[in-house]
Amino acid sequence: MTPPPALPRWADVGLIPLINVLAALVVSGIVVAVIGENPFEAMMVMIKGAFVYKGSLGYTLYYATNFIFTGLAVAVAFHAMLFNIGGEGQAYLGGLGAGLTCLMFDSMFPALFLVPLAIMASASFGAVWGAIPGYLQAKRGSHIVITTIMFNFLAASIMVWLLAGRLKAPGQMSPETRSFSANAELPFIHDIINAFGVEMARSPLNLSFVVALLACVGVWVLIWRSRLGYAIRATGHSTGAAEYAGIPVSTVIIITMAISGGLAGMMAINEILGVQHRTILGFTSGYGFTGIAVALMGRNHPIGIILASLLFGALYQGGAELDFEFSTITREMVLLIQGLIILFSGGLAYMFNQPLAHLLGLLLAPRSAKGGQNG
Amino acid sequence: MADLWLQFLLTIDASLRVATPLILCAMAGIFSEKSGVIDISLEGKMLMSAFAAAAVAAMTSSALAGLMVAIGVSMLLGLLHGLASITLRGNQVISGLAINILASGLTVTIGIAMFRQGGQTPNLARAERFRPIELPLAEQLGSLPLIGPIYREVISGHNILVWVALTAVLFTAFILTRTRFGLRLRAVGEKPEALDSAGVSVARTRYLALIIAGVLCGMAGAYLSTAHGSGFVREMTAGKGYIALAAMIFGKWQPRGALLACLLFGFLEAVASRMQGVDVPLIGEAPVDLILALPYLLTVILLAGFVGKAMPPRAIGEPYVKER
Repeated sequence: MTPPPALPRWADVGLIPLINVLAALVVSGIVVAVIGENPFEAMMVMIKGAFVYKGSLGYTLYYATNFIFTGLAVAVAFHAMLFNIGGEGQAYLGGLGAGLTCLMFDSMFPALFLVPLAIMASASFGAVWGAIPGYLQAKRGSHIVITTIMFNFLAASIMVWLLAGRLKAPGQMSPETRSFSANAELPFIHDIINAFGVEMARSPLNLSFVVALLACVGVWVLIWRSRLGYAIRATGHSTGAAEYAGIPVSTVIIITMAISGGLAGMMAINEILGVQHRTILGFTSGYGFTGIAVALMGRNHPIGIILASLLFGALYQGGAELDFEFSTITREMVLLIQGLIILFSGGLAYMFNQPLAHLLGLLLAPRSAKGGQNG
Repeated sequence: MADLWLQFLLTIDASLRVATPLILCAMAGIFSEKSGVIDISLEGKMLMSAFAAAAVAAMTSSALAGLMVAIGVSMLLGLLHGLASITLRGNQVISGLAINILASGLTVTIGIAMFRQGGQTPNLARAERFRPIELPLAEQLGSLPLIGPIYREVISGHNILVWVALTAVLFTAFILTRTRFGLRLRAVGEKPEALDSAGVSVARTRYLALIIAGVLCGMAGAYLSTAHGSGFVREMTAGKGYIALAAMIFGKWQPRGALLACLLFGFLEAVASRMQGVDVPLIGEAPVDLILALPYLLTVILLAGFVGKAMPPRAIGEPYVKER
């Protein structure tokens, strides 16, 4: 087998994701032009909508919070070569965990105790929903992709059943729980900032964003600075070698999937504890799948995931703005861009890699010849 | 008694209608996956072709033209999946997922631009759809006791695509087991290097499989919007592609097994929609949502090997790299 020409690391990490986004934007721009609108105008509307208008940055960061959680979830599993496309269902059940905790205890416990409890509940519900497919993969040999797809649908069924049934607030038509008491709320960032006397526009951005950043640090430590992380990466690189080195591969797979599911489950705290203050139907709205795009773009590294989450946060917030400014383009445009980014950075990953490697090889040839071969 | 029998037959009839797109997609899945390419893009291909069929049918007033364009669109998506997963050796799951998300975005975006109805296509008139075909003597024979209603309710009155779907099962089984191409297709999913050393192109065989899968998904999409329904509604596939995938696995990647699984899943859905709001003794209101979740649960249980064992083709998911 001939390996594809090696791309320098800076190009693989920095240049390739940029090219992928650019390619996705160009194709979407063509679609916009075909529809009969000006793609550059649409782009400006999105940028203004995501960063310039009052409060828009808060919205962008609020969306980014969701994507950081689901992106980290996909990335952790990726390091063990597990493809967790069940983030959607894990996040959904995370919302059940947080919701049940708040419904039971929101009149008993103070916020300082209740909120961490609810966060843990959301993580553990997500973890269980990730660990079961992990167990089925490790011990029963079922393909994790298929199982997690099925678990997404199972989660959706369970949530519809519960929210339209037992958990539905009495005397109400819509499928959602009652509102929680103020004890269960994660404070909004604008409230915190305003308390210090600095003016900040209202937005749904809440303390979950900080939790998300902490989770990034946690994942970095886990993957690159811990024994377990080493086991996870070893399992991902070569199951056989990992086993031979005495790593209990099955256990590592199950634990990895539990961590992955837990991270996805924590997405619920942003939506449920931060914004909605009740568990509602369909609050995940595809964010679990966006996590796949985020992890791909961010090269499974926390820093990359934060950057990719910002990009997708901006796309979602800017995309919402499209609805107001154009009669013919809507926020579904963002789904198109997202699909293209996944396509270019995942499915068609090698399309730009090899030409770019050749190009860089030509440009950098004299220097690398002197430096000898590395890697 | 006769009434109960009629109710049962009507449910069977509904099951067949619900199962038709599942059958077409499951056969598509068999072609892709038997050749070694994971195909979770059944959903996206079906969604895009459902839109294409309805849009073209609305513009040309011809259901047949809609069907043709739907097949073409779905084949193109299949080729895109092939480009990513065969030629460029990318990740097949990611490529399939990308197609699904792409289809969600594109159908609504183009739909709004074309028809300005919030992503729907206009309602299709009778002439723009595939109509039920009443078989001869359906009314006369229908009055026969017991057997008559079977003919009248279950066998007669389906549109052409239902028959096409059932034929597709025979076609798939025939191609896979009785033709040289089918033998190669199965070999390429199990041991591509063997086929390669026999001088058969692995890539070509896989591309052909994906094209056939595209045709089948295209018909499934056209069925949804121009035969079963009367126009395209956003997200109208609603996970049917994934149910078809589940059915294919449940049928152990075999045409007959997949057909039975599709009929079972279709039956569950038909029962669930009839039970909506019905009070069941002891249980209370029928847990319709849980009945609808059964296909997924059954597939998980089967895949885990708790009842029988479903073995995927051995080389599935691996891009083939030619030895030098």
